[in-house]
Amino acid sequence: MTPALELRGITKRFGALTANDDVSLSLSQGEILALLGENGAGKTTLMNILFGHYAADQGTVHVFGKELPPGQPRAAIDAGVGMVHQHFTLAGNLTVLENVMLGSEPLSSFRSARSAARRKLVQIADRFGLPVEPDAFVNQLSVGERQRVEILKALYRDARVLILDEPTAVLARPEAQRLFETLREMTKQGLSLIFISHKLHEVMAASDRVAVLRAGQMVAERQTSQTSPDELAELMVGRKVERPVRQGHQIGKPVLVGENVRVEEQGEARLDDASFAVHEREILGIVGVSGNGQAALGSLLSGLIRPAGGTLTLSGQDVRTLGPRGMIRAGVGRVPEDRHADGAVGELAVWENAVLERLRSPEFSRRGFVRRGACKSYAAGLIERFDIRGATPDTRTRLLSGGNMQKLILGRCLSIGPRFVLANQPTRGLDEGAIAAVHAELLAARAAGAAILLISEELEEAVALSDRIQAIVKGRLSQPVSSDDADARRLGLMMAGVWKEDGHAA
Amino acid sequence: MRLERRAQVPLHLVIVAPLVAVAVALFLAGGLIAVAGVNPFGAYAEMLRGALGSRLSVTEMLTRATPLILTGLAAAVAFRARLWNIGGEGQFFVGALVTAWIGHSLPVPGPIGIPILMVAGMAAGALLLAVPAYLRLRFSVDEVVTTLLLNFIVILFVGMMIEGPLRDPLAFGWPSSVPVDGDFRLPDLVPRTRLHIGFLFALAAAGAIWLILARTVFGTETRAAGLNASAAAFAGISLPRTLMGVALLSGALAGLAGSVEVLGVTAGVTTTMSPGFGYAGIVVAMLAALHPAGVVAAAIFVATVFVGADAMSRVTGVPSFIADVVVALCLLTMLVALMFTTYRVRR
Repeated sequence: MTPALELRGITKRFGALTANDDVSLSLSQGEILALLGENGAGKTTLMNILFGHYAADQGTVHVFGKELPPGQPRAAIDAGVGMVHQHFTLAGNLTVLENVMLGSEPLSSFRSARSAARRKLVQIADRFGLPVEPDAFVNQLSVGERQRVEILKALYRDARVLILDEPTAVLARPEAQRLFETLREMTKQGLSLIFISHKLHEVMAASDRVAVLRAGQMVAERQTSQTSPDELAELMVGRKVERPVRQGHQIGKPVLVGENVRVEEQGEARLDDASFAVHEREILGIVGVSGNGQAALGSLLSGLIRPAGGTLTLSGQDVRTLGPRGMIRAGVGRVPEDRHADGAVGELAVWENAVLERLRSPEFSRRGFVRRGACKSYAAGLIERFDIRGATPDTRTRLLSGGNMQKLILGRCLSIGPRFVLANQPTRGLDEGAIAAVHAELLAARAAGAAILLISEELEEAVALSDRIQAIVKGRLSQPVSSDDADARRLGLMMAGVWKEDGHAA
Repeated sequence: MRLERRAQVPLHLVIVAPLVAVAVALFLAGGLIAVAGVNPFGAYAEMLRGALGSRLSVTEMLTRATPLILTGLAAAVAFRARLWNIGGEGQFFVGALVTAWIGHSLPVPGPIGIPILMVAGMAAGALLLAVPAYLRLRFSVDEVVTTLLLNFIVILFVGMMIEGPLRDPLAFGWPSSVPVDGDFRLPDLVPRTRLHIGFLFALAAAGAIWLILARTVFGTETRAAGLNASAAAFAGISLPRTLMGVALLSGALAGLAGSVEVLGVTAGVTTTMSPGFGYAGIVVAMLAALHPAGVVAAAIFVATVFVGADAMSRVTGVPSFIADVVVALCLLTMLVALMFTTYRVRR
């Protein structure tokens, strides 16, 4: 049978960088292929070539046996290739139907085409099991629903080969599971799928076959049933990566204590009657499905919002109204959930971000003037100590990879020897090597005496790092359980909100 | 074709972009000159001669550049912090009015009075921008609208004052305010020309602004807040305080422009004393890519166009409004040029 899709000898260079080096790949009809690789391995470039966003320097793309002209997305769409981007390309102020029609229908016949388009959309949605409300405005949809619209948009254009770029990056775990079930259904309807990922567990769970890309080269192809996460991790990184292991030790005095904390936003409770205590040399893990109050907890402990009720103390001192600067001065290190939006100013130099939180301390400024020499040598120290690759103090922060930017943010808050550290989704979107580095730093800070509150949606991570774990459900916190007693089933129940008030999962 | 963001904007593009923008703007305005029945090359030659052809014309051009440097700095400082101060014209006029008002009868000797009057002008400009800045912080009122509309209110207020309480009884024809006391006139920089030492103050202001933005805690925090407000707030920078600081600084610079123009050139205030210094300051700031050193160069260019167009108009008969056309086109072409420096076109 002709493969649905075939890439032959694709090479693409950007200046001195070879993003894809003689990559060949084929996709059978009805197959789900996972394209696995670390950030920067060339996955997205390869898919952009396939879809015609870039023209390859060498090599050809064949769809159902026919060669595509290079660099023409139109030709790729006509041949039946659809792409679902990681960052959605929907217009929020238009309806689902309008978004689906945009670009595929001539504007002049917009009105007359509408009812036909609606019929087609509803029919496709039924056939592929992607329920959708055609007249809903996109900006009122959840992230998962928006992704569904993106997929429908591709299917509406008669896509038979669908490419999904990191489809789960924005999804909570149950949504991701639902997505993969849907994708499986779609292959039964004759679709062929490629999804790009760097998450091992979802590759194992959802694909038929795995192709591993490393530094622009195709290093391995495996049947999913005949490989293991360990093997894939090693193939992806090129060496054995082991996440550091938490050593048991005695925890100390309570450092950060919240009692019956209530946080409101726009009159709605985001945190409700939440109590927690983080001790010296302890990591307290907060697990939960995203959107259950993690953001409010993160903002509270960063000093960005004040509690509407309850108490919050740091080593006995009231810290409810300190604000971000006060929190930093009190010895609180904060790793924000979104490193690009909150963690660093991309257009500033690395050294400026390194000192941004403490610019006014005598170490970094005198009489209102920045001590550039001191700042830069401090930044150079951070780069050295936290192994921030590809950076000098003068590098623009935007140019760092996600993992290295995270190391910069982590270094900024850990270098002062904080009493308490808030780590909000510290490894989201990072590749294996960077995850291991971040885990090692958090464990080192714990060993050095810091109290750490880890908010994570990755259960494996929370269990591996935390001494105790609390679940967060609709703004309420469960009683803590020791992570040694926490198996996946028990945590799953806790995250579903099933716990007895004495702290034991039912 | 698609646009792709450049990893880093190379320095040569930063310098070439405004030059290309200016060339394109002159080319387009040249079309209008041709429509007016005049050879554009001849017209531009007259323009250059009129602005740079003699010692007197150069001093006249630099006199005109002085307030432009200050209003350009005012716009650059504000825009960097994403405070869209379109009210430079109004701040210029309150600075001028307060200076003339107080300077008419301030009972101190010149060397003491001049700094007092300049500070008074700065304070007036700063206060005028503080109001829209406060409204934005408190009620999220769009400062583009408030600062723009305040310009008209201020100019009408100036008109009321100079026809009423501040009217100069000795002025015939056009209404003018009372003049500042002769002791407070700024000394000439070049004898027997209108160029006064205010030009040096403007250059010093550009240096000071560069120093503040690049080297101080306030400047660094301002840049951080302008580039990514959310990350700046997370790092403990107070956004309201930063924005208010920027507003005071920006308003003060535009107010200083008005003050220096009164002390150095006009002595009294008229509603026609500014050929749009505040608005042209926006063009100057954009051409300069918001950099203080660039502001000086761009202000000299815009002043050349203003002064040269008057001379050209006398010789060729092309209306001197062509200067406004050139300056406005420069803003548009510069915006396009900025897009091409930030992004590259990929096929």
